[in-house]
Amino acid sequence: MSRRVDIALTVNGEPVTESIEPRMLLSDFLRDRLALTGTHVGCEHGVCGACTVEIDGVSARACITFAVQADGSDIRTVEGLGTIAGMDRVQQAFRKHHALQCGYCTPGFLMTVRDLLRNHPLKTDDDIRDGLSGNICRCTGYEHIVRAVRELADERDGVRGDD
Amino acid sequence: MTERAFPSASGLAETRPKYVGKPVQRLEDPRLLTGAGRYAADIRLDRMVHAAFARSDQAHARIVSIDTDAARELPGVIGVFMAQDFPDLPAIIAPSRMRDYRATACAPLARDKVRYVGEPLAVVVATDRYIAEDALALIAVEWEPLDVAADPETALAGDAPLLHEELGTNLLFERVFETGEPDAAMRDAPLRVSGRFRMHRKSPLAMEPRCYVAEPDRARDALTLYGSTQVPGIIRDALTGLLGLPGSRIRVVAPDVGGGFGGKGSLYPEEIMVCVLARRLGRPVKWTSDRLEDLTSTSQGFDEIIDAELGFDTDGNLLALTGTVVGDVGAYSIYPWTAALEPVQVVSFLPGPYRIPHYRGAVRGVATPKPPTGPYRGVGRPAAVFVIERLIDMAAAKLGIDPADMRRANLVRAGEFPHRIGSGLVWDRSGFIECLDAACETVGYNELRTTQAEARAAGRWFGIGIASYAELTGIGSRISVAPGMPINTGTETASVRIDSTGAVTAVFAVASHGQSLETTLAQIVAEELGVRPQDVRIVHGDSAATSHGTGTYASRSAVLGGGAAILTARTLRDKVKRVASHLLEAGVEDIETGDGHVFVRGTDHGVSFAELAHAVYSDMKALPADKREILEAMETFDPVTGTTASATHIAAVEIDPGTLSVRIHRYVVAEDCGRLINPLVVDGQVHGGVAQGIGAALLEELRFDEAGQLLTASLADYTVPSAVEVPSMEVTHVETELPGNPGGFRGMGEGGAIGAPAAIANAISDALAPLGIEVSELPVTPERLFRLVQAVLGKGGRT
Repeated sequence: MSRRVDIALTVNGEPVTESIEPRMLLSDFLRDRLALTGTHVGCEHGVCGACTVEIDGVSARACITFAVQADGSDIRTVEGLGTIAGMDRVQQAFRKHHALQCGYCTPGFLMTVRDLLRNHPLKTDDDIRDGLSGNICRCTGYEHIVRAVRELADERDGVRGDD
Repeated sequence: MTERAFPSASGLAETRPKYVGKPVQRLEDPRLLTGAGRYAADIRLDRMVHAAFARSDQAHARIVSIDTDAARELPGVIGVFMAQDFPDLPAIIAPSRMRDYRATACAPLARDKVRYVGEPLAVVVATDRYIAEDALALIAVEWEPLDVAADPETALAGDAPLLHEELGTNLLFERVFETGEPDAAMRDAPLRVSGRFRMHRKSPLAMEPRCYVAEPDRARDALTLYGSTQVPGIIRDALTGLLGLPGSRIRVVAPDVGGGFGGKGSLYPEEIMVCVLARRLGRPVKWTSDRLEDLTSTSQGFDEIIDAELGFDTDGNLLALTGTVVGDVGAYSIYPWTAALEPVQVVSFLPGPYRIPHYRGAVRGVATPKPPTGPYRGVGRPAAVFVIERLIDMAAAKLGIDPADMRRANLVRAGEFPHRIGSGLVWDRSGFIECLDAACETVGYNELRTTQAEARAAGRWFGIGIASYAELTGIGSRISVAPGMPINTGTETASVRIDSTGAVTAVFAVASHGQSLETTLAQIVAEELGVRPQDVRIVHGDSAATSHGTGTYASRSAVLGGGAAILTARTLRDKVKRVASHLLEAGVEDIETGDGHVFVRGTDHGVSFAELAHAVYSDMKALPADKREILEAMETFDPVTGTTASATHIAAVEIDPGTLSVRIHRYVVAEDCGRLINPLVVDGQVHGGVAQGIGAALLEELRFDEAGQLLTASLADYTVPSAVEVPSMEVTHVETELPGNPGGFRGMGEGGAIGAPAAIANAISDALAPLGIEVSELPVTPERLFRLVQAVLGKGGRT
């Protein structure tokens, strides 16, 4: 497997050019080539959602995307969200509501929640649960994640929450 | 000496912040939310190479030959290794002090034969993981297939094929607990209910697959293993024996770990092999499990057949209980817990939180050609609670008594503790009845029954299920976490120090993999010492940081770690006060600490921790030499027998007659884990446990065919609950006092997973009571539900 192709893309705002094997997964590319290890790999068959990133503003599973498919695109990973000193609203809400425990699935959830907030009405908590159903969390039982997303959706819609 | 103006100095003692019991935001969150966590798979080291394991595709077969020539020739492959390449490497053996226990020998790479699909046979090391996996495809194995007895009862038969010929049997252990005269009491009982119950095999399924990175230190002939493990201390101690190195030259570090649930609580062949290979090759070796490997080689949970009978009188008093358990433990006895861990706990906990004077529980553990079972959240108790709670409901139905009243009449009451149950376990004071009452009140039990009656009248399948249980948590040194296991899991030693800058570091042997210990232990140390939680650095999960320790499992870390934190911080606070009394020229009894300061109570006279540390370590004029106490303390906590935790779960479900999908309308937990350290964290642990219990009740099953092949080897086939299958949950807390325990903390990490399978099974049985259907097998998947309903309604029924 020595054939290589060159790809050029933007990752978290930085231009990247790399020579890779066509079979390299985007998740491995981000983690092993770019050392962006915040994107986690949970199943490598597109079920668990831990590897979710944004490709051109749309949430996508990096473990079933080849890096070559991302050629020319704009990728955002968890490292491209807020920082430890300045977390973004989604990160802040997750912390406030204790919506993460081991943290392994969390970067994927953050990416999915960003997409949900951009594109879905999320009128009911059942809507939120439907929207989250492509991401598996094994620690939280989802309750606190749903509460965090409820707060974010209400804030987006100008609805006053309970707190 | 600086005089410092304290706000409202006279009120300081009263306003000193309390952190225990507060919903303090987690200190580990910022890094985990920004991709700055460091899990084992994130570790990259210079000259690091990658391992991939060739695994058996046979459940039981003799290895005729393994041809690795083509694999070795692949560019990028550094080596291919088999058992014969490590003739001195011992097999993994988990010894037990249990009488007649038959330990199995598990070679890290299979020798001569294999005993489950997924057993490691050979390992490829290559410059990258893609190449290592390419090489796996070039390894050719010639097998001589052997007969397979995948069913545990078949494996017990006299003519069954033997998995471990040297043992002469597939029966690895047998144990009986007996109190009173169960046979006579059962015979004389006016009423009886019984059943054959099945708890199928499941996977712990942490989101992070297992990963190990071994880094050799050639200069010191030493080794560091970074691993996704719950038990770095146990692994370190085991590796010293396997590798023949002293503990000072093996360091096992659990960095950020992405969930465990028991699956990362044992010693694994891959963990040993990366260490051996790193030493052989003189360079770092990394192995990361994929999900298929996780489902076939990480320890599995449950898998019991339980025949049980309950005798009672016409007033609903429980008289006698018998249970006979066959545990399918898989191919090997896992280290260090042994194969006895899960099945023996089923009979240990079968009597539950009830007064039942006569009891016999008999258990046999059977070796089958499947992956080894090991600890899984709840260990034995999910199955035990499922069985006893189903029997209680069956008895209540027979008597026409409400299930809540049936429980209320038989739960051990406040004045009856300590109470010894028929298996010999002793319950100390815990809010058994209080939890039942609180759960009924929260859910609005009577109104819910009215709602059910209306739904039922309308032909809907609506049911309510209760599960009450008790568990032993924070187990001390007098009891072994696993029966007969020859290692100590009952003590925890903490050390807390204030360094020369005044910064506080607290070191524990526990290991956090989602439990929030960096926050909860910091809350405790902060409160006792008089600093803020964010000022306390918690060191955990590093075998080099402590002399002895095991890790985090069995709902022990808040109890043992929390207890050790209190004792140690108090000792250190006393030192701080003695030093301060010299600096501030006041009596020790008048010194207070709080918010990072030490001061004379009721005055604004004080110093900061940094100033105090400077006086002790750096300013040699500040104190006479004999008053310069090193600001460090170390104490051990041993809860001796352990602490009892308890809960009642209530679930309300509705079953769609068309699709047979189970919709959980309400889910209420009332639990007693003693004093809450952080209510947010406790709620989160309960929610997560319940979600896993719902998985065990409705979805999660490792299904094997008759040849021992796993049929559910992906997350598309092994389905775990998503946010849609898990309902919104209501959790209330009953904080029963725990005298004689420094913090009053009881363990609660497993509880949610213990109560939920039983509550759901009872709710479904209740929903289908009009059809006379009893759930006796979990998970009750839509397919199983279909068969149950079809058997009653037949093809002409409405499904």
